[in-house]
Amino acid sequence: MKIAVLVKQVADTAAKIELQPDGSAVKLDDVQKVLNPYDEFAVEAAIQLKEKDGGEVTVVNVGPDSADEAVKTALAMGCDRAVVLRDGEAQGLDPAGTAAVLAAMLAREEFDLVLCGKQAVDDDAHLVGPAVAERLDLPVATFATSLEVADGKAVVGRDADGIRETLAVPLPAVLTCQKGLNEPRYPSLPGIMQAARKPKDVVTLADLGMNPEPRVARQGMTLPPPRAEGKVLSGEIPDQVKELVQLLRNEARAV
Amino acid sequence: MATIWVYLETNPKGLSKASLEALGEARRLAGDGRVTGVLIGSGVGALAEAAGHHGADEVLVADDAAHADFNLDVHVHLMRRALDGAGADLLLMPVSVHCRELSARLAAALDTGLAPDCVRSETVDGTVHWTRPIYAGKAFETVTPGGSPGIVTLRPNNFEALAPDTGRAASVTPLEATIDADRLRLEVREAVAAAADKVPLTEAAIIVSGGRGMKDPANFALIEKLAGTLGAAVGASRAVVDAGWRPHAEQVGQTGKTVSPVLYIACGISGAIQHLAGMSSSRTIVAVNKDPEAPIFKVADYGIVGDTLEVLPLLDEEFKKLLA
Repeated sequence: MKIAVLVKQVADTAAKIELQPDGSAVKLDDVQKVLNPYDEFAVEAAIQLKEKDGGEVTVVNVGPDSADEAVKTALAMGCDRAVVLRDGEAQGLDPAGTAAVLAAMLAREEFDLVLCGKQAVDDDAHLVGPAVAERLDLPVATFATSLEVADGKAVVGRDADGIRETLAVPLPAVLTCQKGLNEPRYPSLPGIMQAARKPKDVVTLADLGMNPEPRVARQGMTLPPPRAEGKVLSGEIPDQVKELVQLLRNEARAV
Repeated sequence: MATIWVYLETNPKGLSKASLEALGEARRLAGDGRVTGVLIGSGVGALAEAAGHHGADEVLVADDAAHADFNLDVHVHLMRRALDGAGADLLLMPVSVHCRELSARLAAALDTGLAPDCVRSETVDGTVHWTRPIYAGKAFETVTPGGSPGIVTLRPNNFEALAPDTGRAASVTPLEATIDADRLRLEVREAVAAAADKVPLTEAAIIVSGGRGMKDPANFALIEKLAGTLGAAVGASRAVVDAGWRPHAEQVGQTGKTVSPVLYIACGISGAIQHLAGMSSSRTIVAVNKDPEAPIFKVADYGIVGDTLEVLPLLDEEFKKLLA
């Protein structure tokens, strides 16, 4: 089976986020970057499928040169090869543009399964998986927390806001992965050594014949307003509890 | 004059709260323009009247027993059919797992812009600017989705539903609900709803959330009890989810759910940056923690420094008295 895993490099979730002085973008230069946590579940799922049934796992990435690190992590975990788009013109693409580019990269080969995280933890758009599926005219199942592939079908379990669903899609298909699907492995030392030697194709927008236009106009970014100083209560605990409930009713009007 | 469409989600009790909020926002933005609601499902026709009371001028209804469970392929197909040539300027949808995949797939199919998870709108020189959290709320971006229709999903608890006006009536137009079998590739083999009294975390007006300070998974019974008293949803920190104490569906934070309830009660949660990102846009935050230096107190409106296991039963008792 040929599996593609779409990965993105994102700021570490422990990072403090600051903006450029003009508010046009997030300051990312000095921020620790990692493989998007949800993409780790996709990489792990792909490697497990390969280990069970054989095949090849291709990492696919659109990003700046620094994203090579995230690609390397996926290769070190056990993916076989990478196809990456590196193009100055692709910097700052919106998620829809990224999805269009990823779909064009995938269309150059045949894959049985395309896996990715349910969302990237930077733009939080949850867009790329379903949008890639639409552009490739493939079925999609999102938020997978369980996965079985057999008889040309992927069977996915998921939680849809309190509804426990079991979905089946014929291959080829796109699946997006949610926490709970598996426990992503850490790259082994030999894995890390081998990663640098695994094949990597680098393509540009010109190679794809693409010039994606943004679908969303960006007006700027802001940081959340600081919260007003809170009240730490004092006294005996039972009295604090009584006071708290009164404050929630009469001051905050929250209950 | 704008024509605004609203994709309406339903639950066993009727139109979802977030759908009513989307209708309210559509009504405010449309001004004298037209608000069109879309209902797809089984037995949903009866809800068209309520959509009218909450702001819709017209409701398109695809009511078919075959559509009892949400099937993405069905909803994409029917939405495309309905939107084709209808001249919608904007399509609003609630935020949910189903609407996330539907909005993303539709936007790609129509080649229009999508602004997901918006929490605020502002009209500037005739253009609506939508604000949405990024990095789980560590920052916000303001965007306008292009195309016809641009698509915007609205996070629950951030937009006002209109008070229902039973004098308002919407016209009801049936939507052809049948679909060619070859368009259906996705098969829904099972869809089992959680207990009807369980409030989804992202829609909940009140969340009672627990962390390591609960000391033992069994102690979450105290949180569940208080949540029951308040009609609240139960949340959890990443630490207790990773430890296997609570299901991931309850995790609040950057690798869980971002929530903005009216009231968030954090019990025994220290407040790691990933957790704060996911809940610090809540309207009122209460923190109960033994450690007065815990970062959760920096975002809390009210804090009790103490053992959450001692505080929880007292809180439950006090709220029971208040709400009795």
